[in-house]
Amino acid sequence: MESTSHAFKDNVHEALRDERLQRALGKMKVGFQGNRRRAIERLPEFEALRDEGRAIKDHVLEHLDFYLERFESRVVEAGGHVHWCRTAAEARETIARICRDAGARTVTKGKSMVAEEIAINDHLEREGFEPIETDLGEYIIQLRREPPSHIIAPAVHLSKEDVAEAFYAAHRDLDPERSLVEPTALISEARAMLRQKFQQADVGITGANFLIAETGSTVIVTNEGNGDLTQTLPRVHVVLASLEKVVPTLEDASTILRLLARSATGQEFSAYTTFSTGPRRPGDPDGPQEFHVVLLDNGRTAMLGTEFQEMLRCIRCGACMNHCPVYASVGGHAYGWVYPGPMGAVLTPSLIGVDAAGHLPNASTFCGRCESVCPMRIPLPKMMRHWREKEYAAGLTPATQRWGLGFWAWFARRPGLYHLGTRLAAGLLGRLGRRQGRLRRLPLAGGWTDWRDMPAPEGRTFQQLWAERRESARREDAR
Amino acid sequence: MADTPPAQPRVGLFVTCLVDIFRPTVGFAAVNLLEKAGCRVEVPRAQTCCGQPAYNLGDRADAADLAKRVIAAFEGFDYVVAPSGSCAGMIKEHYAELLKDDPDWGPRAHRLRHRTWELVSFLVDVMGMERVEAAYQGTVTYHDSCSGLRELGVREQPRRLLGTVGGLSLRELPDAEVCCGFGGTFCVKYPEISNRMVEDKAEKIEATGADMLLAGDMGCLLNMAGKLKRRGSRVQVRHVAEVLAGVAGEAAPIGEAAVRKG
Repeated sequence: MESTSHAFKDNVHEALRDERLQRALGKMKVGFQGNRRRAIERLPEFEALRDEGRAIKDHVLEHLDFYLERFESRVVEAGGHVHWCRTAAEARETIARICRDAGARTVTKGKSMVAEEIAINDHLEREGFEPIETDLGEYIIQLRREPPSHIIAPAVHLSKEDVAEAFYAAHRDLDPERSLVEPTALISEARAMLRQKFQQADVGITGANFLIAETGSTVIVTNEGNGDLTQTLPRVHVVLASLEKVVPTLEDASTILRLLARSATGQEFSAYTTFSTGPRRPGDPDGPQEFHVVLLDNGRTAMLGTEFQEMLRCIRCGACMNHCPVYASVGGHAYGWVYPGPMGAVLTPSLIGVDAAGHLPNASTFCGRCESVCPMRIPLPKMMRHWREKEYAAGLTPATQRWGLGFWAWFARRPGLYHLGTRLAAGLLGRLGRRQGRLRRLPLAGGWTDWRDMPAPEGRTFQQLWAERRESARREDAR
Repeated sequence: MADTPPAQPRVGLFVTCLVDIFRPTVGFAAVNLLEKAGCRVEVPRAQTCCGQPAYNLGDRADAADLAKRVIAAFEGFDYVVAPSGSCAGMIKEHYAELLKDDPDWGPRAHRLRHRTWELVSFLVDVMGMERVEAAYQGTVTYHDSCSGLRELGVREQPRRLLGTVGGLSLRELPDAEVCCGFGGTFCVKYPEISNRMVEDKAEKIEATGADMLLAGDMGCLLNMAGKLKRRGSRVQVRHVAEVLAGVAGEAAPIGEAAVRKG
């Protein structure tokens, strides 16, 4: 998908004025945070599980080649195929070829962020296929032709009225007078539309939450059951996964599963946890005839061995964005690409370049809430700072900030001059603001005073007063 | 937990640039509390800024240079104490990382780390302070500043001491642990987002019905006071040390004029 991350500030400006969006964000915050907190309070070993989860992923990232090759050989033994794709374009073409070879027309899709990353739907449409999202949220945003605004709740920015509008516009064959006021009406309508598609589908594409090296299985977690229908009904099942999803064993996957749903939605487990191993075997009652795994790199191996390697521990639970006050203010679309929130602020520059996504790691107060809730203990603020260091080193930091803070640092290295300067500044601002105790306007400080008053300094610096106090104490002693 | 402190420990006060310039009252409140706790307090003249603005801009060279100056200025003390979780967090949690490749300064940063504290947690966790001799007749609410809370674990300590202030009743602020939107230079780099965050914060503060807002960091306090005053709010704003030291009567609240009514 085309990025608008470079226009982050414009996106923010729009988002803050979008009243519907602001209402949706207000609701989202309350729901996700409370549910997660209650789920974790019920699991005393949660902190220990976080350590275990981190250790599993760190181990995998140190031996990624080994586990991926083992995974591949298990998939092949089970009768499946593995396609290694270095870039988004390679993955798109691989999937289109599988669809062509299958003689496909309708392609159903389970929810997959990697699919968004490679913009597979647009590509399949261009190639003459009909891709249909089967996750309700994804279906809605597909109808609206917009990207997801959240990695686990793609349509969280919308109200039920927005959804009804989208359904009236898209489902032209249905009675235009029908009522779509109740959420249940929306759900039944979506279910009826999707049922036809499930039956027509020739190829089903899902993502993967885990790839299991010891068995060659792929795992998805869903709450709607759409993933199961997507992968068992069509003749061909394609699993699209980025390569850091691999874990050594089923046991490891179950450890991380205990963290995933609790961190994401506050559930102990998602409604469905579905394991797929190869195509249908003789005697199996159902399952696809062909099983393909498309393994995508798309910049991830370049993160190995760098200060961003730990980002590859991410299990896409969304807890960081659910607790991020910046995300809660502007929503996911403002970030301008597939992955929003704190995890996006670290991952997006890795995948599309820091020159295109430079705002994202800067648009953080470093409040640290994301790291405090991350089940994989990813040091997100630290990595955002690393991106800022790269921007600074490459001269991408805006000149006003470079000069402004450069001057401050120059000044702060000269304590004598510094104490003189601060004394003058405190005195001047103190006098200007004495009448009200604050300043409503201050030249060169519009970023502050356009929005809030500037409390006035008391008038003299602490160092100045402290020196006087010491001096008078000395005189007292001398007397 | 902290080691047992020496008798009458020698404490170097890291004033912080914002307290130095905007609110010396907080510096004196800190000295007052530290002396009551039995510390000998000194204020090294060589201190300026902890370097956090440069560090968060991505300018490691300037940040490292300022860090070395702070380390050199405070090396001789038993403890370094700052009336700020943000600056204390910078010294305690980030200097060692910033200087990790420096064979001389890395270990010095590491040694300083274990002796650096945010003011209120130092009083409670190191000096064992259990109560303060202070009074405030009114209802206060308390905002947990991010670095103090999440980097240094400052949460119960200020509440415990506030609970011993005569006449004071504490009403908890919903979402007290959510950032106020200051974020150092963030508030001027992304003023619209910062504004949204501090608007939310101000609404929650006003909804508590408290007549005073307290917090432990000047940056957050300037931000929240500036927004509350712009909204015409009557909630007074002070650093928590002012109330704990019992000096709240000696200076006007943050963002308000010194003139006294009646």
